[in-house]
Order: sequence, then structure tokens, then C-alpha cells
Amino acid sequence: MGAHTAEQPAPVTDLSVPTRTGLLIIGASQSGVQLAVSLRALGFDEHITLLGDEDHRPYQRPALSKEFLQGTVESESLIFRSNEYWAEHNVDLVKGEYIVRIDKEADGSGVAHSSSGKQFPFKRLALTVGARARKLEIEGGDLDGVLYLRNADDALALKARVGDAQDVVVIGGGFIGLEAASSLQKMGKNVTVLEFGPRLVGRAVGEETAEYFLQAHRSRGLDIRLNTSARRFTGADGGTSVAAVELQDGTVLPAQIVLVGIGVIPNTQLAEQLGLTVDNGIVVDRFALASDGTTVAIGDCANMPNPVPGSEPGERIRLESVNNAIEHAKVAAYSLTGRREEYAGIPWFWSNQADLKLQIAGLCNGYDRTVLRRDEERGKFSVLYYRQGQVIAADCVNAPLDFMAVKNALAKGQNIPADAAADPATPLKTITTDS
Amino acid sequence: MPTVHFTDAAGAVRDVQGNPGDSVMETAVRNGVPGIVAECGGSLSCATCHVFVREDCLAQLPPMEDMEDEMLYGTAVDREDNSRLSCQLRLTDELELFVTTPETQV
Ligand SMILES: Cc1cc2nc3c(=O)[nH]c(=O)nc-3n(C[C@H](O)[C@H](O)[C@H](O)COP(=O)(O)OP(=O)(O)OC[C@H]3O[C@@H](n4cnc5c(N)ncnc54)[C@H](O)[C@@H]3O)c2cc1C
Ligand code: FES
Repeated sequence: MGAHTAEQPAPVTDLSVPTRTGLLIIGASQSGVQLAVSLRALGFDEHITLLGDEDHRPYQRPALSKEFLQGTVESESLIFRSNEYWAEHNVDLVKGEYIVRIDKEADGSGVAHSSSGKQFPFKRLALTVGARARKLEIEGGDLDGVLYLRNADDALALKARVGDAQDVVVIGGGFIGLEAASSLQKMGKNVTVLEFGPRLVGRAVGEETAEYFLQAHRSRGLDIRLNTSARRFTGADGGTSVAAVELQDGTVLPAQIVLVGIGVIPNTQLAEQLGLTVDNGIVVDRFALASDGTTVAIGDCANMPNPVPGSEPGERIRLESVNNAIEHAKVAAYSLTGRREEYAGIPWFWSNQADLKLQIAGLCNGYDRTVLRRDEERGKFSVLYYRQGQVIAADCVNAPLDFMAVKNALAKGQNIPADAAADPATPLKTITTDS
Repeated sequence: MPTVHFTDAAGAVRDVQGNPGDSVMETAVRNGVPGIVAECGGSLSCATCHVFVREDCLAQLPPMEDMEDEMLYGTAVDREDNSRLSCQLRLTDELELFVTTPETQV
């Protein structure tokens, strides 16, 4: 969590007169911002308080491991909306307040209490509290220089150290780890990635894509070690800064920075305290309502019914992506304005690593066949995933046309016959059929 | 100061002053110009920052790279000859740009 210094004017609530904001949004990031914006677009005219614990104006996270880390974009470019926008739209932005407890009535109203002792009364509540980095609890884990990358303060801490470091060990071969590793390598660091599992990006992509990324990164000089884990971190001569990583097999790798990217844990503490149902995230229905029927919960913190049209009834999912934060926020905005609109959509995700642009359309869970499209010469690579002959997802590397074709086909309920898709010279758009 | 004139699909116009160096997309999003979604924040991955550039303004803009060209085939409203992705258009000191936003971006 960010430091809670007071660089910020006093928050909206004048405690002598307990006013009640119409909607209190806890968590001022991708999903919280989108909720406020969508509500105003729908004509919601109650006062909104958008509150977060970070000391920064709400910003986009994806660049933190990419352009921002490499210094190709400035922090100002990451800010979602100008101050004038919030003022014009009657949204109070509260920074640097961490909510520790909420008292709530059955009608949905209540009061949130922050760690600095402030109170934020509300008529309705939205939890957009996201997720936090999973910690690696091993010896030396608290040494200076063992870092995580979830928010702007983390990115600033990492950037501040990069100049002095020669060797970086990244723990975790998922998206964040690989993005940061390629960024740091590009900045001239000697980077080693340790992945505990037998392949990269274990959860998110299929076998072929994982293998493609492994080869691509290795050929670009990244040292990636699979089936490898760290035993402990050590400081130099008993110092407090990390100097090396000792692996399970006894190998010692020098490291002035260790970046841990081993996944996230949804922030469910407030939901638990409120007695809401929690199961790998705050459990919500198709309308983004939590188990009390009044609180909305969206984005990385929410466990929701699978939004993909035609998915198994009762199937639940927690998604960590910008696209989901945006789409889920729209559903919550409808809910809060009394409309019942279900979240139905084709989730998509992107990741930029070195010169590899990965775009994923759909969810590949439960596939029974894959079709590979590989254009070696032009550095393009796609995998299409099929279930019972129907395309359900695609991983596309440097192949926006394939990505767009699959995303559009899925959105329209169309199919791309597997046999015809195998030839990379055939544009997918031309063979798409109305299933 | 660079100025971008945004016309939406229904014909409503918004004039926004921007900072040199910022992209047209950033200028739109920060000021809440409707019609620009920009999910990917400018990393050329989403095609939801599509604009139609007024013909006489096209020449002032940087040429299109292959990736932008490919992404433009996936826009929600079909591309035209004057289509660009606004995250790839940087404001310069004296730029005065007229663009129209499509009816939908997703
Ligand atoms: C480095 C990085 C790179 C990424 N790259 C991509 C990418 O390329 N593509 C993509 O689609 N997605 C990417 N993501 C994921 C994407 O950023 C998240 O899915 C998205 O930010 C989720 O938004 P959210 O609002 O649900 O949660 P978050 O962004 O996590 O926001 C939650 C906010 O709530 C605050 N908060 C939590 N508890 C409290 C409390 N009790 N009181 C007050 N405030 C609180 C938190 O500090 C935080 O500011 C990336 C994420 C990271 C970290
Ligand atoms: S903002 Fe995503 S492509 Fe322009």
C-alpha cells in the first residue's frame, strides 16, 4: 500500500455535518474510474466519491512494467482523467485514505472508516479494491531490493534502483515477470527469470504459446530457467540490501534487484468484514451485485459468472485485465441506475514483451484442439483454440489481423473452421462462417 | 497551443487544447471526450481509439506504420481512407487537427 502522506486537500466529508455521498467507490483505479465515468454517461446524478489509498491520481497500470519502466512514457500520460474532468462531473477524488472498516445498513447505506480516522458516509457502496501482489515468504524476503510490481510506488521504487543494478533476478515467468524482465533487459541489465513450473505463463496461455515465448525470449538473450525456485535471498556481508539469490540446487546468482511476480491475491478483507460471500474474490451475480444484494464489486477483486456467451451455467471466473475492469464497471453502472444488463462479452488481454505483441481473445479453458498459424519469416504466430469444432479463443503474437478476426467472430457467434485456418497465408476474416 | 476539434458521430463538436508531445488519444481521454475508449492506453493493442481525420489535415500527420495499419482492420466501425488510431498521432506546437469519432468503438 502507498504511504499515506497528506499532499492532498482535505477530503469531501465535513465531519461536523455528516453528509452522505450518493455512491462511495473504494479503490480509485481502472474499474473504479470506469464506474464513475459510466455512471455519469448514464445520467446518474448523485454525488460520487472515488476514494483510494494511493497518493497518486488514478492511473493505468499496464505501462508500469512496460513503457513507464523503460522511460518511454511519462507518469503524466498514465493519468486517466484531468482534475477538471472530475470537478465538472461532480466526482470527489480522495487520495491516500485506506479504508479499514465499514459499517453498513440493510438498505445499502453506511459509513466507511479510514486508517487515519476519517469517516466517509454513503448511500451506496462499490468495492473496486483490486488485488495485491502475492508475497514470496522465504529467507531474506524482507531484504532491501526485493521488490514487487503492482502499483506506481512499486514502479518508482524499482526505477530508482535500476541505475545502480547490473544483475536482476525476476521470480515468476508470468506476464508481469516477463514484461518487466524484457524491459530491464532492454535497459542493459543482466536478467535471469526463474519459473517454478515446467513452462512460462502457466495459467493464461496454452502449451504452444508458452513454448513460443520461451524460445523467443531465449533467442533474445534472456536467461530463463524453468522448474527452478529460489531457496533464499542473501545480503552482502550481512548487509540489509539483497546481493544474491540462492537456488534450490545450491546455485548462487548475483542480484542487486530481485523482482517477484508470482501472481496476485484479490483484496477481500473489507468484503469479509462486511459478511459478504467470498471465494477467490468477492462473489457477485451477473449484475455485479455482491451477496447482500446492494454492494457492487467489480474488476480484479470480483468473482463473477463467466461472461462468455454460451459458457456453462454456473461457471465462475475472476479475471485480471483492463478489458474486464471496463466491461464489468459498465454492468455495475447499469445495476446502480436500476437497469438489469448482464455482462456478456469476449474477454481480451494484451501483453508487450520486447518486440513481441501478444493479444489474446476469448478464454481457452476446456479446449480440445488447437490450430497453429506460424509465419516464420514475418515473425507472426497465432494459436486458435477449439471446443467441439467451434473456435473459442486465440493467442496471437504480432498478428493483429488474426486477433481481430477471432475477436470479431466470437463476438458475432461465428466460427472459423479449423482445417481452413491452418494456412497462415489465408486471412481468417475470409473463412469466417456463421456457425 | 495545439488544438484538436472532435466531432462526434451525431455532429456535436468539442474543441480541446492539448500539450505538444501528447497523443490525440490522451488529449481526448483526459478531457473525457466521448467516442474514444482507448482500452490499451496507447500501446497499439485495442483499436478503440479510432478517428476519421479531415482530409486536409492528413498530410500534417506522421505516416502510418504497419502495425497501426493492421489494427485498423479490426475497428468497430469500418475503416475509411482517412482512418487513424489516435494514440499514434502526437500533437505538435502549431497543430490544428479536425477529427470525427466513430459511432462506436467496441
Ligand atoms: C504491472 C502491471 C501490468 C499490467 N499489464 C496489463 C496488460 O498489459 N493488459 C491488461 O489487460 N491488464 C494488465 N494489468 C492488469 C490490470 O492493470 C488490472 O486488471 C486492473 O488494474 C484492475 O483494475 P481494478 O480497478 O479492478 O483493480 P486495481 O487496479 O488493483 O485497483 C484497486 C485499487 O484499490 C486500492 N485499494 C485497495 N484496497 C483499498 C482500501 N481498503 N482502501 C482504499 N483503497 C484501496 C488499491 O490501492 C488500488 O489502487 C497489469 C497490471 C499490472 C500491475
Ligand atoms: S489506445 Fe489502444 S490502439 Fe490506440
